[in-house]
Order: sequence, then C-alpha cells, then structure tokens
Amino acid sequence: MRNFLISTILATGLALPAAAQEAGGRLDIVVQPEPPSLMLGLVQNGPTQLVAGDIYESLLRYDTDLNPQPSLAESWEISDDALTYTFNLREGVKWHDGEDFNADDVVFSVDEFLRETHPRLRVSLEHVESVTALDDHTVEFKLKNPFGPFIGVFENGTMPMIPKHIYEGTDYANNPANNTPIGTGPFKFEEWNKGSYIHLVKNEDYYLEGKPYLDEVYYRVVPDAASRAVAFENGEVDVLPGGSVENWDVQRLTAMDGVCSTGQGWEYFAPHAMAWLNTREGPTANKDFRKALMYAMDREFVRDVIWNGFGKVATSPVSSKTNFYSDDTIMYDQDQDKAREHLEAAGYDGETVRILPLPYGETWQRWAEAMKQNLEEVGVNVELVATDVAGWNQKQSEWDFDIAFTYLYQYGDPALGVARSYLSSNIAKGSPWNNVAGYENPEVDAMFAEAAVAATPEERQEIYTKVQQTLVDDVPVAWLLEIEFPTIYRCEVKDLVTTAIGVNDGLRDAWVEK
Amino acid sequence: MGIAWAILSRLAKAAITLLLIVILNFFLIHAAPGDPAAVMAGEAGAADEKFIAQLRAQFGLDQPLYVQFWTYVSGVVQLDLGYSYRQQMPVLDLILDRLPATLLLTLTAFFMSLLLGIVFGLAAAARQGRWGDSAITSVALLFYATPLFWVALMAVVLFSVKLGWFPAFGYGSVGAGYTGFELLIDRLRHLFLPALTLGLFFMAVYLRMTRSSVLEVSQMDFVKTARAKGLNERVIRRRHILRNALLPVVTLAGLQAGQLVGGAVLTETVFAWPGIGRLMFESLTARDYNTLLGVFLVSAAMVIAFNIITDLVYRLIDPRI
Repeated sequence: MRNFLISTILATGLALPAAAQEAGGRLDIVVQPEPPSLMLGLVQNGPTQLVAGDIYESLLRYDTDLNPQPSLAESWEISDDALTYTFNLREGVKWHDGEDFNADDVVFSVDEFLRETHPRLRVSLEHVESVTALDDHTVEFKLKNPFGPFIGVFENGTMPMIPKHIYEGTDYANNPANNTPIGTGPFKFEEWNKGSYIHLVKNEDYYLEGKPYLDEVYYRVVPDAASRAVAFENGEVDVLPGGSVENWDVQRLTAMDGVCSTGQGWEYFAPHAMAWLNTREGPTANKDFRKALMYAMDREFVRDVIWNGFGKVATSPVSSKTNFYSDDTIMYDQDQDKAREHLEAAGYDGETVRILPLPYGETWQRWAEAMKQNLEEVGVNVELVATDVAGWNQKQSEWDFDIAFTYLYQYGDPALGVARSYLSSNIAKGSPWNNVAGYENPEVDAMFAEAAVAATPEERQEIYTKVQQTLVDDVPVAWLLEIEFPTIYRCEVKDLVTTAIGVNDGLRDAWVEK
Repeated sequence: MGIAWAILSRLAKAAITLLLIVILNFFLIHAAPGDPAAVMAGEAGAADEKFIAQLRAQFGLDQPLYVQFWTYVSGVVQLDLGYSYRQQMPVLDLILDRLPATLLLTLTAFFMSLLLGIVFGLAAAARQGRWGDSAITSVALLFYATPLFWVALMAVVLFSVKLGWFPAFGYGSVGAGYTGFELLIDRLRHLFLPALTLGLFFMAVYLRMTRSSVLEVSQMDFVKTARAKGLNERVIRRRHILRNALLPVVTLAGLQAGQLVGGAVLTETVFAWPGIGRLMFESLTARDYNTLLGVFLVSAAMVIAFNIITDLVYRLIDPRI
C-alpha cells in the first residue's frame, strides 16, 4: 500500500505572512513577438502562454524543483499500481463570465477539446484509458499502463482548463469567443489594441482571498530589441521576460540601480540548444564526422562570450535541470587534435557542410558564425545558409540541411521532451519538432519505450542513464547549451517568479512594494 | 471629351495593372518557402501531422493552388480582401485599423520634409559655393547617407534616454486615459521622434533636388532674358526661377505621396508605431498571405491613384503633356 496522498497541506499557499504583500498597482511587461491569439487551448507559443497564463489555469503548478503544487486541484492521489490519478478540485471557482467551474469542465477540456487541438498533450493522452467526473469536484484519470511522467502534464500550457459552456459543440478554431478569452485565472481579458498592448484587469471574484494583488497588467508590444531595452531603461516597462532583449543588453540593464534578475522560472521548459546533424546523407551521416564536430566546438567560449556567461554547456540529450539527467557519459571538451583524428577516420574529403542558423536575432547568428570558425579551424568547409523563420521551419521539415540550429523544451521529463527527438517512429517530414536528424536505433527506441512505463523512478533512472550513454556516443544531435533566459525586473516587484514556468504561470502572487 | 476619355482610359489601364499586381503577388508569395501553418507549428514548439493538417484545412491551404487563387481573386473583385487567420480578423478591418497611425506618421514626415527641404534648398542655392551652402549640403548628405534605423536609435538615446524630452516609442501613453487636448499633446509627443527620423531622410532628398534644380534653372536663357529686361532680382527668383525649379520636386513628391500608405517599416518597428509597414513586415515573417496581399493591393492602388492625379494635374497646368 503505497497510497501516497501528495498534498493535503492546503493549497492556498498562504503560509506567508499576509501583511507583507501590498495590494494595488499596475505592471507593464514586454511581450515579444505579439501573440497570434490568447486562446491557450489552441495556441501554445511563448508569447501566448505569457499573457494567457494570467487568464487560464490548470489543475497543478510546479515549483522550481518540479514538485507538483495545487492550483485548480486542491489535492490529488495516485493509486498503488500507478494507474489511477484522482484530483479533488477546489470549490467555489468561477469562470470570468460568472459560471461555476466544475469536474465536467475538466473532462471536457482534456477529453474533448485538448485531445482534438493540442499536439503535445495528445501524445501523453495515448496512455489514458478514461477521464471521469466522479462528482462535481472530483476527477479520475485511468491510465492504460503506468506512465512515469504523467504527473508532470498538468501544467498550464500543457493542460489549460477550457470552459465547457462556451466551447461544447462548437467549431473550436472559429469560435468568436477566442477573441475574448474566458478562464478562471487571477486576471481578466479587458482589451487588445493590436500592435500596441494587451490590457488585463484584476479578477475581483478570484477564489484566493486577497489575490491577485495587482489592479491591472499591460503587456506591451515593442517589436525592436534595442527599443525594448530602452523601454525598460526609461521605466516604461517593469518586467522583461526571458529572451526579450539581446544578451549584451542583459548585462547592461542588470547593472542598473534597482534592477533585479533571476534565472529561475525555466526549469520546466529547460530550453536545450542543439544542432540537428543530418544522419541520412552528407558528411554528417558519418559517426566519426559527428564526433569530430563535437570535439571541434568551443562551447565554453559560446557560453562566456556570446551568451555573456548565462547558461551551461550541455553534456547530454537530457538537461541537467530535467529529471533523470546523467553525467556518466563521454564528455566532448574542445580538442582539435581529436577532432582531426576523427575527421581522418571519417574519410572527410572537403565537401562543403551547410549550417542553418536559427533566425532569432543576433545572438544566434553569431553562434552559427562561431561554429563555422571552429569547424574551419580543423579543416571542414562550411557554408552558412541565410533564411527567415518560415524558411528555417521549411528546411528542417523537408530535411534540407546538414547542420541546423534549434532549441527544444524538455517539459521536466525525458519521456515528454527528449524522446521525441530520437525515436525512429517520430521520423516524418512536415514538422520541425520530431526526429529531424533522422536518427534510427532500435536499441534506443526500446529503451525509451521501456523507461516511459517503468514502475519506479529508480528503474527509470537506470534506463535513462543507458540511453544517454548510447546517444552521446552516437551524436545524432550536437548538444550545445542549456540556455538561461534571465527575467529582468524592477526590484520593487515581488514574487514575480515562483514556479518552474516563471512569468508564464501568471501574476497571481506578484505585488509591488510602494 | 478629351479629359473624360483620358480618365476613363487611365482607369481601365489601372484596373488591368491592379489585376496583374494581384496575380503576380499571389504567386510570388506562395513561392516563398514555408506557409502560415508551418510557421504556427514552428512557434508552438511541438507539432504532429494532425495539428499541421488542421491548421492547413482551417486556413484553406489544403486546397489546390488554383482553387486558392480563384477564391482570393473572386473575393478581391467584390472588395473582400479575405480573412487573416493569424490575426483572427478580416484583412480589410486590419488594414483600416492600422491606416490612421501610418497616415499620421507619413503625412507629418512628408509635409515637414517637403517644407524644410525646399526652404533649406533655396537657402543653399542662394549661397552657392560659400560656407553656408557647404554646411547645409553636408548636413543633408549626412542624413541622406546614414541608415534610418541608426538615426532613429540615436534620436532615442539623445531625446528620450539622456534628455527625457520625448517618449522613446509607442502611439500614446498606454492606460493614461487622456482625452481632448491632453490626448492631442500626448500623441504629438509620441509622434515627434518617429516623424523626425522619417522626415530627415526625405528632407535631404528634397533639399538636394531643390538646390540643384534652382541652380540649373538660374543658368537658363529665359532667366538671362528677364535679367536683361531689367526685372527686379526678387521677382526673377520668385516667378521665373522658383516656379520652374519646383517642377521636378513636385514630381518627386507626387511619387513619394503614393508610397505614404505603404508605411515605413523601419521607423514603425523601432518606435513600436502600430502602422501598416509593421503589419506588412510581420505578415511577411508569419507568411500571413491574405494580410500581406491586402497591404500590397492597397498600397499599389494608392500609387496608381496618385499617378493618375499627378498626370491630370500636369495636363491641366501644361497642355503640351
């Protein structure tokens, strides 16, 4: 009987002395680029989640060590056989239009809406047998088989709660309500002045007494990176979410008086920068060539100079922030002699190798140039291919590259964010988010499959360690850096980042010291 | 008869030109790598076949290209510019939403540059070869040759960061709730830097053209005749030189006026000005076909309209044309 009741410590999280927080005030936050939509159930890109994280909520939140915390679910139980997950929902929660939130909304959101629209959750839902409302405030998920990472999929961008009374039986994508999103979150949608700002106001009927503290939030659209830095410098915005400004501005801005920054709030995503190596054809199809590439790169230089010291050299397909990371693998520190040996073993004949940089601004361009230089130093001929974002997507989706920069989120567990890049069943043209490198290894396939459904964390660790050793030796992908995107804010803003997805979890707890 | 016939024939030609522009743009845009569904899937950070197929079906991209083309063209003929799935709005509404901001910026910059350009151009011509002339033309050359975005950023550093006189970006103070006179002042304060940045470049163009054109006309025979007649120098300057010298400047201004609606991509981006230029650029990177085609179409129509107007004005002024 390992019936563990995870959270009975109540949910409000109000262990903090209530007197400390001050109510009132307004925050101006940069959102970049302007989101295409705020309907989190349909669109899950970064800017959408940043804004919609205030409007929508999910059953759980995760602390910065990835432990589940209550949100719309007050407590939950996992059965001994790890097949039944039971969630007790908070009572008295209302949608922004005044309707009650209850277990039927959860069943509808998961089983009907998101199963239809959410590509990432859909994969996890394949392990789910049924979702049932036991009563108004209890929901039961029955799994087909134990699925280790399942407790990690209740995050807001993965499983946002959608109002059944608005969406049931409609054409989800074209429902006019998408333009006036209705959630249960601490802030309500007020106005979207396209091209300028999105205005959210305090949800006066929020179920947590006294929260949220802020009266209103403006998400400001500022398309130019230098202008965003100036906007913060001038005091027109109070918060720069991670990645809003170029790295050299990060150092300058954080050195200003009264400015704080934190690297926390990215643990769930653990953005992992890497380069797909086309294992189908060209020089990169040769394992020795790929190893040569690993030894040729000076990743510490990239971290120290191009990323201004932020981040950590990636040693494995799994980020060191993600569960089941192992450092018991080959380490590829820069060694140009070894690189040349491997090049010789590969029989490299001087064929030009095409690098596809990530068109996300100056930092990534310089990074590609650094890689080019490193490779040329050991005698590889390199060509940089220029594209915009759409072209970059297309070239990856059509496998038209030798080396392609990208970065991927890990979602806390190798089964959610890592396996997808290496499973041979995940090789398909048309998407930049599958096994783009075309790596095929039945052994790795089997290990990933086994680890996802293994019963205990110890068993999973053992298998994932083996997978990491195999992959690091095969180098289907050049792992580059565990990226850090510091969130920069004025120091009088308190409790801005409290969870593993940081500002994307909404401003429920944030307050401004006057 | 003459004028009416000319207008009719110009309009007919314009309609054909527009249709050709629509066709050309449609196929050009579709020839660019990637499509809106792929871009959105890329941004989502995860995508399977079903997700992309859903998006394509929603955007109508699952239809054969000729069907998409026919749908678009038959819509345009009925003045329906289609729907932007990216922005979840009809394209026409989107463009009309952004148009006022762009017109405010471009018209201000246009008139400012025209006025200052002519005044300083005349001043430079009157001091030909002296230090005043050199000073004016050097400064103009500097503005002409410096990249616009750099001028913009430097203007922000000076006027906004260092001096704190003007806001660094935006279309107005967000959430300030201004009305009436306060709103006007606030808008003007936000307008100053972008209009200045955009205007300086065109001012340099007009200035150089006015100066050289005045100097050229001053050497012509009819001016010598006027002088020989013993006319007052001021009258010669105003009536004989200036009028003739301004013709090429007006031609250029007419050309530029047609492009006002197209907006100013760089200026609007640096100053977060919510205009058409930014809409166009963002639609391009997102491969938002309908919006992009809509912006192109509206700009093309404006260019053609201004050309027709310019032609007609010439015809009235100078019957020889």
